[in-house]
Amino acid sequence: MNLEKVIFGFFIVLAATLNFGFFVGDIDNPVHHDVYELFAAIVVNLIATVLKFGDRTHIGAIHLSTSLVADLQLIAAALVWSYGTQVVGAELTPETTAKVVSLSGGALFANIVSMVILIAETIMQKR
Amino acid sequence: MNPDVQESTFFLALRRMRAPLITLILIYAISVLGLTLIPGIDAEGQPTRMSFFHAFYFISYTATTIGFGEIPNAFSESQRLWIILCIYLSVIGWAYSIGALLALLQDQNFQNAVRVQRFNRVVRHLREPFYLVCGYGETGQLLCRALDQRGIRAVVVEIEEARVSQLDLHGYSADIPALVADARQPEILKLAGLTHRCCLGVIALTNDDDANLAIAICARLLAPALPALCRAETAETATNMASFGTRHIINPFDKFGRYLALALNAPAAYHLLEWLTGVPGTLVVPHRDPPRGHWLLCGYGRFGKAMVSALEQEGVLVTIIDHDPPPDDAQRHWVRGDGTGVPALLEAGVRNAVGIAACTCDDMSNLSIVVTARELNPELFVVLRQNLQANQALFDAFESDFTVVPSQIVARECLAILTTPLLAPFLWQIKQRGESWASTLLDQLTERFGWQAPTVWGVCVDTNQSPALLNWLTQAPRETALGDLLRDPHDRAEELACRVLYLARDDGGSTVMLPHRRTVVRSGDQLLFVGQGAARRALELTLNNENALDYVLRGREVPGGWVWERLARSHGGAARSADKTKADRTIA
Repeated sequence: MNLEKVIFGFFIVLAATLNFGFFVGDIDNPVHHDVYELFAAIVVNLIATVLKFGDRTHIGAIHLSTSLVADLQLIAAALVWSYGTQVVGAELTPETTAKVVSLSGGALFANIVSMVILIAETIMQKR
Repeated sequence: MNPDVQESTFFLALRRMRAPLITLILIYAISVLGLTLIPGIDAEGQPTRMSFFHAFYFISYTATTIGFGEIPNAFSESQRLWIILCIYLSVIGWAYSIGALLALLQDQNFQNAVRVQRFNRVVRHLREPFYLVCGYGETGQLLCRALDQRGIRAVVVEIEEARVSQLDLHGYSADIPALVADARQPEILKLAGLTHRCCLGVIALTNDDDANLAIAICARLLAPALPALCRAETAETATNMASFGTRHIINPFDKFGRYLALALNAPAAYHLLEWLTGVPGTLVVPHRDPPRGHWLLCGYGRFGKAMVSALEQEGVLVTIIDHDPPPDDAQRHWVRGDGTGVPALLEAGVRNAVGIAACTCDDMSNLSIVVTARELNPELFVVLRQNLQANQALFDAFESDFTVVPSQIVARECLAILTTPLLAPFLWQIKQRGESWASTLLDQLTERFGWQAPTVWGVCVDTNQSPALLNWLTQAPRETALGDLLRDPHDRAEELACRVLYLARDDGGSTVMLPHRRTVVRSGDQLLFVGQGAARRALELTLNNENALDYVLRGREVPGGWVWERLARSHGGAARSADKTKADRTIA
């Protein structure tokens, strides 16, 4: 067992699960989507991205790019959320909620790709 | 360094930034999260919580020490308590991250990786023809300067960093990309543009024969069409290079040995050769001819061997002074000892000798040998080997008959091959034609141009070097003679101060030595000129400018520009335009 691998896998899976947790629920119902979960998803995704820095293999490059996609989508979701709550009005409207959740849904897809790569990489290791 | 390794150091550097970046992300996350959880008070005194948006805003400007104050409302005491912690955390986080970043930028491997990538980018974006010069020692510097003066670009690969850093101080007119690396590695040569489509050739000038050999092999295999010029100081390397088809092998010692043999054998041919290959503008002093008789030679190294074989070929008796003579060589006369000392010189018979060659690889020993020998026999003909350009002043002070500077020989030879490819076959012809022929030609040329070394240049009748002439030749009703072409474009009654030495036709190898003025010029011809620099510039004008050519060949001045051409045609075609001539003069 390799501690580095444990941490790597942990952050990738955690990023995906947090993202999923935020995503599930009615798409336009603000009550179903907690902003703290979005925050946690962003932080864990950023850490997962940095962990993927510096891998020269092809699989490493794909890992990094999926992570960057997820970051981009989640940060966009956070920006939409900030705009909706701070600029337009104090309360989260169903329209804004739908936008935020759909953006996080895109990030979730990128995170799932990341997980699939992780699993494929693990299976490929013959031991 | 291998570029693959270079790239991986870059990734390694990126990997080293992982810990600082994660630390920074965590510190920000903890600070923001804490700030959103801790209760505060709003403007009406009601308990409230900060939103993520405000928390991130506040932490961003606090962590970067900008500090806009407590926004949107004054903080509660518990919030302030948390902020104290955040401030110190973020300062530590930034200090750690910036420290790591600076350490990374200072890292030798990382800097190398950046330098290699910058060099690679510059070379890849070169859009003019260039030569790849491996080795920036004395020879490389001489050659780069000469190429730069002629407006030809060069790319340098040199293993010693100190020499590459000198490159900026030498003040070239064009930027010369340089890389500190071992040119023996094929990857490095590729990085430096070996397979670049603008690369004109590879010049291997390192002081290591093995490295030159490796470069020659790389060039042969990776870019078989490119000409390779390689310096080789031992016969074995030269043979090895020749075996796989290196086109130009330059052995400075061998080269000088041949010069000396020629000087012994045919002094006029030698003088002619020296006059033609001298640095343009310098006065070539016809020195006394090397005498036949008994010669002494000190130091039987690479140069010594080449000298002995050249002298023996000419039937000259040589006595060799060396520290350890080969035990089984009974054919030659050996003296064991030190040439700098009187006893060894006397034993070798310095008083009755006619010439001495100091061939050791140490400049001070060489000077010491010849000074001692001249004292013993003032009439000696002295051949002196100079190893370092830095000792030039000492060698100038001692009046030797021949001073051999290997780096100059190699640089001059490279330049001759690169810029005037026709010179080599012409020089070969000089050696073939015999002494009296060479003597007559030398008298003719020096009478006309003086003993100053002339400008020697080559011209090819093609779209590149002489578009106007080529255009004329394809349209001209009759054949054009050389004599008509070599006239002053400002006053065609004047003949240009230059002469054609050699002409090579395009039709598969027919050549003309010293073509007559009635010799016909055809397209595809290659011409070797000798003359004054001004004549060269004037000829360039004639060959490139249609109007100048028209004036030179037909004696009439044609106006330039579309409007003037139209006007001239409507006036009967032979109008003169004084303005145009004036303009041409300013161009010239």
